[in-house]
Amino acid sequence: MSLDSPKEPAIELVGIDKKFGTVHANKNINLTVAKGSIHGIIGENGAGKSTLMSILYGFYQADHGEIRISGKPVTIRDSQAAIAAGIGMVHQHFMLVENFTVLENVMLGAEGGQLLAKGVASARKELKRLEDDYGLEVDPDSVIEELPVGSQQRVEILKALYRGAEILILDEPTGVLTPPEADHLFKVLRVLRDQGKTIILITHKLREIMAITDTVSVMRRGEMVATRKTAETTVEELAELMVGRRVLLRVEKGAANPGAVLMSVRNLTVRDSRGVTMVDNVSFDVRAGEIVGIAGVAGNGQSELLEAIAGIRKPSAGEIFIDGKPVAGVDPAGLRELGLAHIPEDRHHMGLVLKFEEYENSILGYHRDAKYGRGPFLDLDAMRRDAEEKIGKYDIRPPNPRLRTANFSGGNQQKIVVAREIERDPKMLIIGQPTRGVDIGAIEFIHKRIIEMRDAGKAVLLVSVELDEIRSLSDRILVMFAGKIVGEKSSEAGEQTLGLMMAGIAA
Amino acid sequence: MSTVSVPLPAWINYGLIPLLNLILAFFFSGLVVWAIGESPFEALQLLLIGALGRGEGIGFTLFYTTSFIFTGLSVAVAIHAGLFNIGSEGQAYLGGLGAALVALAMDRYVPWYVTMPFAVIGAALFGAACAAIPAWLQAKRGSHIVITTIMFNFIVSSLMNYMLVRLLIVPGKMAPETRTFLPGGQLPKLDWLIAMFGGKLGAAPLNFSFLIALIMCFLVWVLIWRTKLGYEMRTLGISPTAASYAGIRYSKIVMITMLISGGLAGMMALNPVMGASARLQIEFVGGAGFVGIAVSLMGRNHPAGIILAALLFGILYQGGAELSFDMPSITRDMIVVIQGMVILFAGALEYMLRPVIVRAYQQFTGK
Repeated sequence: MSLDSPKEPAIELVGIDKKFGTVHANKNINLTVAKGSIHGIIGENGAGKSTLMSILYGFYQADHGEIRISGKPVTIRDSQAAIAAGIGMVHQHFMLVENFTVLENVMLGAEGGQLLAKGVASARKELKRLEDDYGLEVDPDSVIEELPVGSQQRVEILKALYRGAEILILDEPTGVLTPPEADHLFKVLRVLRDQGKTIILITHKLREIMAITDTVSVMRRGEMVATRKTAETTVEELAELMVGRRVLLRVEKGAANPGAVLMSVRNLTVRDSRGVTMVDNVSFDVRAGEIVGIAGVAGNGQSELLEAIAGIRKPSAGEIFIDGKPVAGVDPAGLRELGLAHIPEDRHHMGLVLKFEEYENSILGYHRDAKYGRGPFLDLDAMRRDAEEKIGKYDIRPPNPRLRTANFSGGNQQKIVVAREIERDPKMLIIGQPTRGVDIGAIEFIHKRIIEMRDAGKAVLLVSVELDEIRSLSDRILVMFAGKIVGEKSSEAGEQTLGLMMAGIAA
Repeated sequence: MSTVSVPLPAWINYGLIPLLNLILAFFFSGLVVWAIGESPFEALQLLLIGALGRGEGIGFTLFYTTSFIFTGLSVAVAIHAGLFNIGSEGQAYLGGLGAALVALAMDRYVPWYVTMPFAVIGAALFGAACAAIPAWLQAKRGSHIVITTIMFNFIVSSLMNYMLVRLLIVPGKMAPETRTFLPGGQLPKLDWLIAMFGGKLGAAPLNFSFLIALIMCFLVWVLIWRTKLGYEMRTLGISPTAASYAGIRYSKIVMITMLISGGLAGMMALNPVMGASARLQIEFVGGAGFVGIAVSLMGRNHPAGIILAALLFGILYQGGAELSFDMPSITRDMIVVIQGMVILFAGALEYMLRPVIVRAYQQFTGK
């Protein structure tokens, strides 16, 4: 990148407008991305980032507006056209064939001719060159499913580059990475930029924006509300622009006042359906009035641990005690009777039935309670009254218990789950990813509720892949790696220390 | 977001779209009729008059409708719990054995209204029994219910052959069927219902089981949308992971759902066995179990929709029979083609027109 020449725009979006029915997803968006820069786009869920990028990548057509690539107006009808225009996309959920090799995945759709052999040879050569140029080292012959997540993501980037991408769009790329892997990704992105590629980074993590981007644009409710040079802005300003009001980025909480042990796990081992050990001989206690956080990169057994405690998954060895009573093997209904509430990490598939109306979800798991209907019958009026009460108390929007749950935003969906589990006034609360895909305003709200539960003397077990969240909420932190608890730290432990433990490097 | 998730008003979703699908189905059926050299309009006219023109035609139409309501409900209940019961055919067949055994045992001693409740229970129990083994295999062993229920259709068919040919046949007769039930084992015809509208039932077999079918529609509606069991079934049907999270036991719900589903299919037998022929005959179900799949699909698995869809298929059955009688070049197989068109357009291609309508609706409302 030469500093003296004025940077010409790689992409210009002019007056992009898109409606889905009554939802105005993008309102007259103007955006200029300079060539050879890293441009961040932030905004809460539902702000319209994904729609905008989908228009750029040809998944949707804008109702109005123009897209210019290197100054020339283009029409992008589908992803083929996007690729031809030099745009590559790295999706949040990888689009890889799990049991193909790296090379096969990179070639897929660009095999070059009817016979494979020739294409393979030239692809291998090209792949080697790309890897050398950009420091994207991956073994071309390893099978995707055997690679760590960070490497899989590099394959996605290679795929885009192999197709001649000059412009790379990355959608929430660090969601699945350990801190070291994320650092590595950022290194790669800087090399790409310095070699003249243009990068658009979509994220909701303000820290990443500050760490890596040159310019940042903020979206709110379908509008592009601001564009700033990253060096000239602050995290506080960006957060305010995203939400439209001042937000507390730090959670305020007093000292914990731990009481008796309410929940203990002893030598718990959980195997998945294939017989692979996911939780390996884990033991810990959670006391009344404290929040115990479990840190770890996704896929290191946290999900299985939570499911075992919640009675959804049968442990293959070990014991779980609630109030001193052994409960391994008790089903979720029985555990709820004992005062265990569970905010599951996957609200779409577990915590909610998205096709249900809101009030139906507001009783899920507690539908047997007499207050929701006598005997075998459901009392719809009682259910709706109860739902309306929670909607008011948790400020769930839109305040309509008859609305399909799928039509609520991520934050409001999560509030439906949180309201249901907390309002039952449980003794113990286990929580997985309380704020995944939740906007900043709702995060603040949910964090406050969790602290309130602790201060009311409940035992709280928290699992999150967001290290910041674990650090700011927990009173004690357990780090999980490869199914084992590799260490316990106080909430003051540095990010560096925890990051290394999460990567299994130091204990 | 694609157009699938755009909300449309109910009158479009449940009125206009099915209507347009139906019109398309009739249009393509008309092309087929035209291709074999008959007038499509005349054929349609004959079909409608045959099905709805006279009291007797209506009686036949509602007789078929009755069977389709039972099998449609059977399929719908299972679908709500995420189970695809293809075995309604066999469950109905075995249900016939249950109804017939009750009728044979009681018809000498008591009037029909005493026999009826026992026959309903008998038919439902035998239908449920037929569904029980596939249900258990699905719940405990993970054998796919589609496969097992299909196989049970064949098992039941062979079993009934054996029963009718070897055990229940009237000694000295050739036809594999039971003796004719006495009036105490028959369900009365609904002459008065047709007479209320000024028609005459004539020889049509419309009988009391039509009313039982309507009652079952109401009970199924209560079950699915007003009970805790129905809530658990729907949760499991939409999201098995959410169900396990909520402590809803998979095997229990699968068993209960399939027993109810099989029971409803079994009750279908009341209509032909005790209402029409007054004896148990071989192959009396005649495909009504499979039509139930289409009926449930078209009726959006809702009892009200099932009544309408069952009525449509009743019209096609009765009108089709009249049509092939009046237009000899349109054979029985042609009628099956037309019914296939309806299933294709109204069921399988349900969403084909939706994007177009969504766009038109958006333009029309200016949003």
